[in-house]
Amino acid sequence: MASLRDIKSRITSTKKTSQITKAMQMVSASKMNRAEANAKAYGPYMNKIQEVVASIAGGSADAAHPMLVSRPVKKTGYLVITSDRGLAGAYNSSVLRHVLRTIQERHKSADEYIIIAIGRVGRDFFINRKMNVELDVVGVPDQPNFADISNLTKSAVDMFQNGLCDELYMYYNHYVSAIMQEVTEKKILPLADVKAASGKLTSYEFEPNAEEILEVLLPQYAESLIFGALLDGKASEHSARMTAMKNATDNASELIDSLSLQYNRARQAAITQEITEIVGGAAALE
Amino acid sequence: MKTIKVSVVTPDGPVYDADVEMVSTKAKSGELGIMAGHVPMVAPLDIAAVRLKHSGHTDYIAVSGGFLEVRPDVVTILALSAEKAESIDLGRAQTAKARAEKWLEDQQNSTDTKRAQLALRRAINRINTAEHK
Repeated sequence: MASLRDIKSRITSTKKTSQITKAMQMVSASKMNRAEANAKAYGPYMNKIQEVVASIAGGSADAAHPMLVSRPVKKTGYLVITSDRGLAGAYNSSVLRHVLRTIQERHKSADEYIIIAIGRVGRDFFINRKMNVELDVVGVPDQPNFADISNLTKSAVDMFQNGLCDELYMYYNHYVSAIMQEVTEKKILPLADVKAASGKLTSYEFEPNAEEILEVLLPQYAESLIFGALLDGKASEHSARMTAMKNATDNASELIDSLSLQYNRARQAAITQEITEIVGGAAALE
Repeated sequence: MKTIKVSVVTPDGPVYDADVEMVSTKAKSGELGIMAGHVPMVAPLDIAAVRLKHSGHTDYIAVSGGFLEVRPDVVTILALSAEKAESIDLGRAQTAKARAEKWLEDQQNSTDTKRAQLALRRAINRINTAEHK
């Protein structure tokens, strides 16, 4: 049985750990609230741009643009959104596992795909496995604004336009609720399904013409899809971390309870033993 | 006078939402003025101020990049960034302008020159718009 002092020191260290996890939980909770608000504020923009793209791409049959056309796939791009830091439960591992499995199923050689990794955890994961990481971005702020990541979105869209990849998929954790996230796969490019999504169509006048508008609109749309996923991913990250830290705090307090019980038992046992020894000693004297 | 609903939205959230009598701005192809009942239209916007006239008073918004979508009853401006004249930080805009000018002097590289020029135009646009507070 562990000595009194050992148990005491374990209790103290567990208490300290639980203080830290508790603090981290509260920090994540407040970050999650802000991330959720950001994702909500972004909603109207996304809806509007989706509406416009759908009605332009669907409304004028002659509107053709390289980003709307599916071409034979020689290389597939995978954009994977993970976090920079760990301690977020299954947040990173579930996305990475999903991507790894998909890549292994779809591709035989490493020449058939490229990876765009957002977040340190994802980057290290793919680099350790010697996979083809074309572009990596670390240090995305907790409350990103569009200007912060416009370089990333631009280069992702450029990769498609320059023929570096022929289709682009995006993987991230979709924020369902504070306790639930869901790994989501989304095809960003080519934008093949926007036409199907349009319900009521408005026929527009184009100033100066449809091609020139699509030229500006489509990259902006693809970029906003990526930005939306990033905001969604951030909200998921914070909620995953909050849940993980809450579990850690709960486990720590359980551990402290059981250790205190052990400590009290050991203390009682020591007292009992001492009394028995004294009584025994006194009896031997008589 | 008949009014038309205008909303300005950016990736960082909605910026403006109101009924106005006339929207005027500069599109890539030239100046545009839109009133209620305009034919449905889409046009890419230049880096410029959007002027919104309502009840004898004009609101100014500095917009950089994006689109204007017109429907008979609603005008939507989808911009990468937009700031109302009263919320523009003049000091910051002026530092941005000075920085862009310095870049232009230092850099000869073509892509960087282009970026610096855009940055400079955005800064100037913000400064001009801020004067209409």
